[in-house]
Order: sequence, then C-alpha cells, then structure tokens
Amino acid sequence: MAPAITLAAEAPKLSAANTGFMLICSALVMLMTPGLAFFYGGMVRVKSTLNMLMMSFISLGIVTILWVLYGFSMAFGTDSGSLIGWNSDWVGLTGVDKGELWGTYNIPLLAFMVFQLMFAIITPALISGALADRVKFSAWALFIALWATIVYFPVAHWVWGEGGWAFDMGVIDFAGGTAVHINAGAAALGVILVIGKRVGFKRDPMRPHSLPLVMLGAGLLWFGWFGFNAGSWLGNDDGVGTLMFVNTQVATAAAMLAWLAYEKIRHGAFTTLGAASGAVAGLVAITPAGGSVTPMGAIAVGAIAGVLCAMAVGLKYKFGYDDSLDVVGVHLVGGIAGSILIGFFASGKGQSDATGVFYGDHTFDQLWKQLAGVGGVLAYSLIVSAILAFVLHKTIGMRVSEDEEVAGIDQAEHAETAYDFSGAGGGAAKTAVTAPVAAAASKKVDA
Amino acid sequence: MKLITAVVKPHRLDEIKEALQAFGVHGLTVTEASGYGRQRGHTEVYRGAEYTVDLVPKIRIEVLVEDDDAEQLVDVVVKAARTGKIGDGKVWSVPVETAVRVRTGERGPDAL
Repeated sequence: MAPAITLAAEAPKLSAANTGFMLICSALVMLMTPGLAFFYGGMVRVKSTLNMLMMSFISLGIVTILWVLYGFSMAFGTDSGSLIGWNSDWVGLTGVDKGELWGTYNIPLLAFMVFQLMFAIITPALISGALADRVKFSAWALFIALWATIVYFPVAHWVWGEGGWAFDMGVIDFAGGTAVHINAGAAALGVILVIGKRVGFKRDPMRPHSLPLVMLGAGLLWFGWFGFNAGSWLGNDDGVGTLMFVNTQVATAAAMLAWLAYEKIRHGAFTTLGAASGAVAGLVAITPAGGSVTPMGAIAVGAIAGVLCAMAVGLKYKFGYDDSLDVVGVHLVGGIAGSILIGFFASGKGQSDATGVFYGDHTFDQLWKQLAGVGGVLAYSLIVSAILAFVLHKTIGMRVSEDEEVAGIDQAEHAETAYDFSGAGGGAAKTAVTAPVAAAASKKVDA
Repeated sequence: MKLITAVVKPHRLDEIKEALQAFGVHGLTVTEASGYGRQRGHTEVYRGAEYTVDLVPKIRIEVLVEDDDAEQLVDVVVKAARTGKIGDGKVWSVPVETAVRVRTGERGPDAL
C-alpha cells in the first residue's frame, strides 16, 4: 500500500470527502467480483455457466467472514518477522471504534478494512477461471478459505503491511499487481498442475458460449477497476489517485488496441474476446504501475502487456497444461509485465521519487526490487497453492467424476442449468410447478 | 402426388414463398436445418484457438403437389432459391403414396 502522506505534525482528522471516496471505491471494487463472474461465465460452455458464476460469487461470502474474523488482522496487524501481522483488537473487529482512523490517514479504519476486503474477495475468485468445468464446489469453497488464510493474507502483509519484507524493501505495487494478480495467476498454475486437464482438452471444441456475457463482465471489471486503482491511494488530497485513474483508462485502451492488432496480424480478425481480454490485460498490468508512471508510460505498459498476454494465452496448448480461461496467460503474465515495467518506466513524479531505468539516474535499483517482489510472491503462491490442492485432492477430492464433468457440472453440483432450451414438450417446467416436493424428494433418492 | 423438398439458404425463404404462392401452392412446411455440401463451413478464432464450424444453417422446405405440377414447381423453387453463389442448396422430388387432410379425412389430390 501507498506510503503515508506526511502533511503536518498535527493529528489527522476524519475527512468526509476522503471517506466518501473510499466507500464508493469499495463498492466499485465489490462490483468487480460479479463482473469477473460474467467475464468467466460467458467463456465456458453452456453446461458449466452457473458453476463458473458461483465459483466467483461464493468468495463474497467466505472471504468476507474470514476477513472480519482474522484476515484483516493477519494482513495489516503489527508485523512479526516481516512475514505476518496480528492485532487482537481487530479479531472480529471487537476492539475497533467506528470513529477510529486508519494510521496517519484521515479515513476510518473500518473504511480501509472494507476496501481491502474487496481485494481479498476478488483474488481467489480470479483463480477459478483456470479450474473451469471440473472442480467440486465443496472442495473449491474449502480451497478458498484455506488459500485466503495461508496465501492471500500473508502475501497482502508482505506487499502492503508495514513491516512486510516487500514493503520494507521498497517494492512498488500500487494496487495489487503482485499481491492480487501474480498471486492469483501463480496459484492457478499450481492448482491446475495438480488437478489436471478437463476431459477432452485439446480434442473437443470448448468455445465460449456467450461473448456478450464476456463483454458485460469485462465492462463491469473496467468500471470497477477505477475504484480498485484510484482508491488505493486512500484519499484524493494530492492528485496521485487521479493520476492513477487516468493511467488506468489510458493503459487499458492501449492494451485493448495492442491485443486486437496482434490478433489481426496473427489470426486475421479483430475478435470480441480479444478486445475484452486485451482490456483486462491492460487493467492487470497498470494495477501495480499506475501510481508511478506518466500517462505516456501507461500507454507503453498497456501496449506491451497487451501483446505479451495475447502471445501467452497460446502457451497452454504448447505446454499442455489446461488453464481453462487463461488466468496464467492474462493475470500472471500481465501482473509480471506491469510489475517489472515499473523498473523501466517509474518517472519519480507519482506516488514516490523512485525512478526506473528510463528516468532519473537511469539505475537498475528499482528493477531489482520489482524482480524480487515478483519472484518471491510467484514462488510462494505457486508452491503453497500446489501443496494445498494436492492435499485436498488426496483427501476430499478436488474433481467431480468424469461422467459428471461430461454431462455438465451445473447439474451435478448445483442441481440447476443456466438456460432453458427445451422445445415443444420438453423441459422440466410442468413437474416442477405441479409437484416441487415430489421432484425434490426423487432427486435425493437418485443421488 | 409428389413431395418436393428444398434445402436452401435461409434468407431465400421469402422469395420462395412468393414464387410458390404465385404458382398457386396453398401450403408449405418449413424446418430449420443445418448441413454442408462442397463449400463446408467456416473458421472461428477464440484467443487464437481456431474452431472449424462444419455445419451451416439452412432451411428445409417441403411441399406436396400433384404429379403434373412437380417438374415445373421444382424449377420455380430452384429459380427463387438461386443466388449463384456456393451453398445455394438442393431441391428434389419423391413420389408420395397417400396424403390425408386431418380435419376432413379427404385423401389424395383432394387433400392438397
């Protein structure tokens, strides 16, 4: 998180403007999770639409409760060994007064807590795109709870918590390129290496069932991302948050255009999925960098990330790992690109005076720091997530049966289907209307 | 009696209907269909992954007519369906043994 703004010696007072700004930003970030659900939901086949939506949506339930119980304390409490925080007043928020301010900022601690909660929610949801079509919902829910506890809360502390090793080293991660995107992308890779491919990967057609849903989701993500990025300065007194807002828009536009140009040259068409994916790649890449680059730098970051991610999504076919919806290709690669490009494009005129290779004294100092941050989070998340998935896979089982996967995970795991395609005389409507209890009972017997 | 079946491009339906009405045909049946002939389908690209879509949308039109009209009506349908481009479809006729109007029970040519 951004370093404290030192204005004067006097104690900070609650700012209604900044508090209002932060609550709106929190709500914007909240909307990103259902937006992500649609983004992913449109990309899967019809038979697993609901499961994809639910894998994101459930995070809103599980992580919220964990964050209030102990997550916030672990991420932002008093540091211990540069690895983890703790503050018993924050456990269950029992010792927090509604008027208590967050550190030296002029917003309530509760406003900061709830803003950060939205980040904690969307990060595990991001992982789900790699696991489409094949994971037991119960195992996924348990995975989210354990992953948030063992991976997200500590990593958020490293990157944003005072005393965390990356924070102290001076690694710049404005709004979560490392803690959110590299973290989720590396975890996705770790999990899919353990649980394996979808039935029919590389053999059956698995084209997206609804590109309009994908576009809706991408649009909601882009909109919500202004809260994600601009809000991360925790106030709007000095223009850094506004710079971040501008850079978010600029980089996203550049990345969308770059992805489309790459596609046109490589595959001959400007695709809708390419536009949506390029926009998300740009949003991911500018997330860590937006507070430290100029708008021209943001164009460079977006364009580079757009091309890199467009190239990266083909890797799964080459290497044979089934990253269903390209979480590795877009979030891990985009996050790495944005984080490392800070080492080149940091202008020294944004959130801090740190400069990249192309600015200031033209030193590699910041680049090394960025690489250390990227490497540390990537390795930890990849390894721990793979171990976690392995343990769950060997105990309760991570995957649905092959028959259930082929028939469609929506029916098997949720007892629903996304759309009613029944023609004349088909469908289940009549049974359900006239005898819901009998139908439910017979379903249980079948199971 | 003959059954004339045409599997043609969907957007030619209106022309074919008008031509049939001008000829004096009272009824027809239309079904959505899909298939391919020599032209095959097309390719779609999703994040660089290419999918070949073999089956192309078509409509299938069926008309029952008297034997004497069959040859001429096939020509009428062909003319109305033709765009001159690949994928225009096929028209054929086959003999029909019996036809019954369900409402009245009339049989044969009276049922048409």
